[in-house]
Amino acid sequence: MPATKDKSNSPIGRETKRIDGPLKVTGNAIYTSDHNFPGMLYAVPVGSTIANGSIAKLDTKDAEKMPGVKGVFHRANIGKLFRVAPNSDYNAFSDEDRPPFEDDVVRYYGQYVAVAVADTFEQATAAAEAVKVTYNEKKPNVDTYLTADSKVKVDSERGDAQKAFDAASIKLDETYVTPAETHNVIELHSSVAVYDGTTFTLYETTQGVMNHRNVLCQVLGVEPEHVKVISKFLGSGFGSKITPWPQSALAAALARKLGKPIKIVLSRKMAFHAAGHRPRTQQRVRISADAGGKLTSIQHDYLNHTSILDDYKENCGECTKYFYSCPNVRITTALSRRNIGTPTSMRGPGAVPGLFATESALDELAIKLKMDPIQLRLINEPEKDEDLNIPFASRNLVDCYKTGAEKFGWAKRDPKIGSMKRDGLTLGWGMAGAGWIAERFSAEATVELRNDGTAKVSTGTQDIGTGTYTVLAQVLADKVGLSLEKCEVVLGDSSLPPGPLSGGSMVTASLIPAVAKAAQKAIGTLLSAAVKTPGAKYFGVDQKEMDYTEGMVHKKDESASAGIPFQQVLDSGNFKFILGKGSSESTFAGKPESSKHSYGAHFVEVTWQEEIARLRVSRVVTVIDAGKIINPKAGRNQIEGAVVMGIGMALFEHTNYEPTKGAPLNSNLADYILAVNADVPDLEVHFLEFENKDLNEYGARGIGEIGLAGLAAAIANAVHHATGIRIRELPIKIEDLLV
Amino acid sequence: MKLFAFEKCSDISDAVKKTSASDTAQQGANIRFVAGGTTLLDLMKLSVETPDTLVDINRLPLDKIETTRDGGIKIGALVRNSDLANHPYVKSHFPVLSEALLSGASAQLRNMATTGGNLLQKTRCVYFRDTAYPCNKREPGSGCPAIEGDNRTLAILGTSDSCIATNPSDMSVALMALEATIVIKGPGGDREVAINDFFLLPGSTPHIENVLKPGDLITHVVVKPMPAGSRSVYLKLRDRASYEFALASAAVIVQVENGKVSRARIAMGGVGTKPWRSLEAEKALSGSAANEANFRKAAEEALRNAKPQSHNKFKIELAKRCVSHALKMATT
Ligand SMILES: Cc1cc2nc3c(=O)[nH]c(=O)nc-3n(C[C@H](O)[C@H](O)[C@H](O)COP(=O)(O)OP(=O)(O)OC[C@H]3O[C@@H](n4cnc5c(N)ncnc54)[C@H](O)[C@@H]3O)c2cc1C
Ligand code: SF4
Repeated sequence: MPATKDKSNSPIGRETKRIDGPLKVTGNAIYTSDHNFPGMLYAVPVGSTIANGSIAKLDTKDAEKMPGVKGVFHRANIGKLFRVAPNSDYNAFSDEDRPPFEDDVVRYYGQYVAVAVADTFEQATAAAEAVKVTYNEKKPNVDTYLTADSKVKVDSERGDAQKAFDAASIKLDETYVTPAETHNVIELHSSVAVYDGTTFTLYETTQGVMNHRNVLCQVLGVEPEHVKVISKFLGSGFGSKITPWPQSALAAALARKLGKPIKIVLSRKMAFHAAGHRPRTQQRVRISADAGGKLTSIQHDYLNHTSILDDYKENCGECTKYFYSCPNVRITTALSRRNIGTPTSMRGPGAVPGLFATESALDELAIKLKMDPIQLRLINEPEKDEDLNIPFASRNLVDCYKTGAEKFGWAKRDPKIGSMKRDGLTLGWGMAGAGWIAERFSAEATVELRNDGTAKVSTGTQDIGTGTYTVLAQVLADKVGLSLEKCEVVLGDSSLPPGPLSGGSMVTASLIPAVAKAAQKAIGTLLSAAVKTPGAKYFGVDQKEMDYTEGMVHKKDESASAGIPFQQVLDSGNFKFILGKGSSESTFAGKPESSKHSYGAHFVEVTWQEEIARLRVSRVVTVIDAGKIINPKAGRNQIEGAVVMGIGMALFEHTNYEPTKGAPLNSNLADYILAVNADVPDLEVHFLEFENKDLNEYGARGIGEIGLAGLAAAIANAVHHATGIRIRELPIKIEDLLV
Repeated sequence: MKLFAFEKCSDISDAVKKTSASDTAQQGANIRFVAGGTTLLDLMKLSVETPDTLVDINRLPLDKIETTRDGGIKIGALVRNSDLANHPYVKSHFPVLSEALLSGASAQLRNMATTGGNLLQKTRCVYFRDTAYPCNKREPGSGCPAIEGDNRTLAILGTSDSCIATNPSDMSVALMALEATIVIKGPGGDREVAINDFFLLPGSTPHIENVLKPGDLITHVVVKPMPAGSRSVYLKLRDRASYEFALASAAVIVQVENGKVSRARIAMGGVGTKPWRSLEAEKALSGSAANEANFRKAAEEALRNAKPQSHNKFKIELAKRCVSHALKMATT
């Protein structure tokens, strides 16, 4: 193997500024809605103003006559759109399976019932408003109390949880609720579709160019090679751009229908209707312990709402299975149907709401046991994954707790409620654990060594704003031994070698082996070219004697500096570039040999000012073990961002569906309260980089989601410590504390 | 949003002339002044306001803050919220006004928002802002879904069976405590209105929010100096730390002599259908010792007539704590 021998010089693990930063701050990064084409038309969907019923009459006459309007399209005239076949490989799947306008039934507020097309965005908006729709309206069901509408399924079971629970004297039976949350990405969902008579080029806001292509070709009923999806930069996704939403199909269908490029940019309000959300969850947790704090049973029965047609499951029991040592565990799940748009993944799906429930419950249990909450967790630390009965690949949760406790100063905590004060404020200290899956998607990449002395890596993944461009440049730089400036990264195009979905925090881990292999292949070919080019310095040398070190081609028995720069090999052979391909396998297939997760711990301080009922998060220390952190600068930023989002989740965020019409009432950024800069507390992030190379040679796992897992519980636990009030339904509101 | 004409005006009387043909100066006016546009354009995009004509007043010479002979200030209607908040004389002599302004909206919005526009900003009631719902304020007689519906942020004082919408302004609350005067130029000439009389209660006509008639242009807001020795505080309570309307706020101005409150001005925001001055609380407090028990008593008085709705009962206690804490802050 080539590349850097001197590890202190390695770009891996070095604080690295984003290589795409200058493009972004100068406005030169071209986002989806920045794409414009000659003759392009604007489309604006007409959203239904009922949440349940059907379209009785669609009157488009006035709208069609308006200035600049090219037409109003709906079920009768948009052309045939198809469904996506079931897929469990995360490479051709959608969350909302019904193609737009498939029937006249309305199942959620804001469901698209027509789309207006005009020369300008303003004209299309006006025309969309002028479409008159008459509905047969039925009362919608957006009830927040969830009951099972589907069969209750057992997610996981070991021992006899009910029996152990019944027998226990120390136990807890509580229900925890997390509300519907809308992602509220800053870059709104948009689609710009160009059709040349055969091929669609779709500029999309997507966290998966490959998945998007594989879905859209089915929806449009064309061959995959006739659809190309491009997504070069994203203003975040948080899961809401993992699968295509109906506006993508509309833009493509209209481009085909009208033979003109079509642009659709959703409004903030539309993004609350038809671009996914985290569903409401209602989780009953029953746990029991012996007097020493050893867990004797856990029952985690959760429900989440989903749409009328799609079965979106929020996997709340994901962490419950393996997080604690406990002989008797039963986890069940069921869906509750609502007249609400289809839910989707939102940062840390499953684990985030799930850990709010279980890590709150553990805190409650610790209080019952009069035990420090960390101590309770240490007592119940498992030695292996008791769900799958396999060893952990790398579990350093105890170190996370211990490091966090030390950095935070946990030893000074007085468990008595409301007992800790500072500057006239009551302090609350709480903690919780965090966990997230560590897996790999299959991935392919190519590496090119080019005759200008630079290298390039290409793969059909995308940078959703997390720093994928930079991380891949670092990996390439390491593998070909060139400086970062000489490493180009090409992403965001479905015609590139299939790359992973930006979901599950798996892009980096998935791509490292593929890029390493591609680089190795390219270097092999380079060395072969070096010995096969007549007249070149190493012509005729046995390739086995050749080596490559930091851009230099040389013989093994000579120093690198005695060799020649690799571009000389290309020049003498008259090669523009030398290419290597590499791939890595998904870790989902087959029975796993080890249980692979990342772990972390949050320590939270809240301040409570009872005289004015003011609660603020004042300090958070988060310790994460996600293996090797390739770029600590971007890595810290991921965790800090997740913590801020977690403050929003714990204290502010919820999408409020109004019961009579079923509309989300707070569908704008003034009424949907997110954490703002002034809410950002003193943040401290520590990475424990325990070595484990199960996923790749650097031992890097994902960090995009874990920072949010457990945080809401840590805040709720801190709130309890400050106020004595246990909040089991998020968000924690002023009125909950004003008693 | 519908098409509209955009007109400039040459001077103040031209502005008055151009808008005097409007059928109303209240909700649904067909001719509207536009200042910073941060309320109006937002509502036009939502089709809640549907004027045919906008008269742009941004070039009128109403962008000065002058000190008056008595040490007060005369604020031009077009003075931006950020300029007013950061004006050295305002900061030193009317800190309550500066604090109220700076607690509102965001820096970008404050740079656009004007004094006149802020006085006339509309409620954030979600039903008012969504034409899919009935709303007595937007369409008189259509009903009020907020009374049975989502009313967490809505009013508990000054409500009626027709409307419970909160007046969301922070600035106006401070101006209430400062007993400001609104100077209006209308087709019939100039007139001055005390701020407490400027805003109207919803009663059975929630679409009529103030005394303005077609053509009426707010030209200035005049504020008298605070009596020597007065101390003031603006305290705003809300879910998050910034960039959110008040759930409850209080502007208090108090003078304490020999441990006793000799004069108090108490106004509340986020709880009333108009910026809410509480004469009852002021009366309860004057002459009494400046201590926490009396502050709380005054706060109880201020909320005595509060009428909660299904989701905002907590605001009664929150507003009480807000008022008494503001008084405590102002006197310690
Ligand atoms: C997201 C958001 C958050 C906000 N948060 C807060 C907050 O926390 N606290 C707060 O107090 N405010 C807040 N605001 C409201 C903001 O303060 C107002 O929008 C602003 O003050 C309005 O001023 P303007 O000049 O932009 O008014 P415009 O939008 O230009 O006008 C508003 C109305 O006043 C009329 N008008 C304007 N000037 C005159 C005049 N001189 N004479 C007669 N009529 C006139 C117009 O015809 C129009 O009907 C927020 C606004 C937004 C959008
Ligand atoms: S409270 Fe007032 S503004 Fe809100 S819906 Fe009722 S009438 Fe309309």
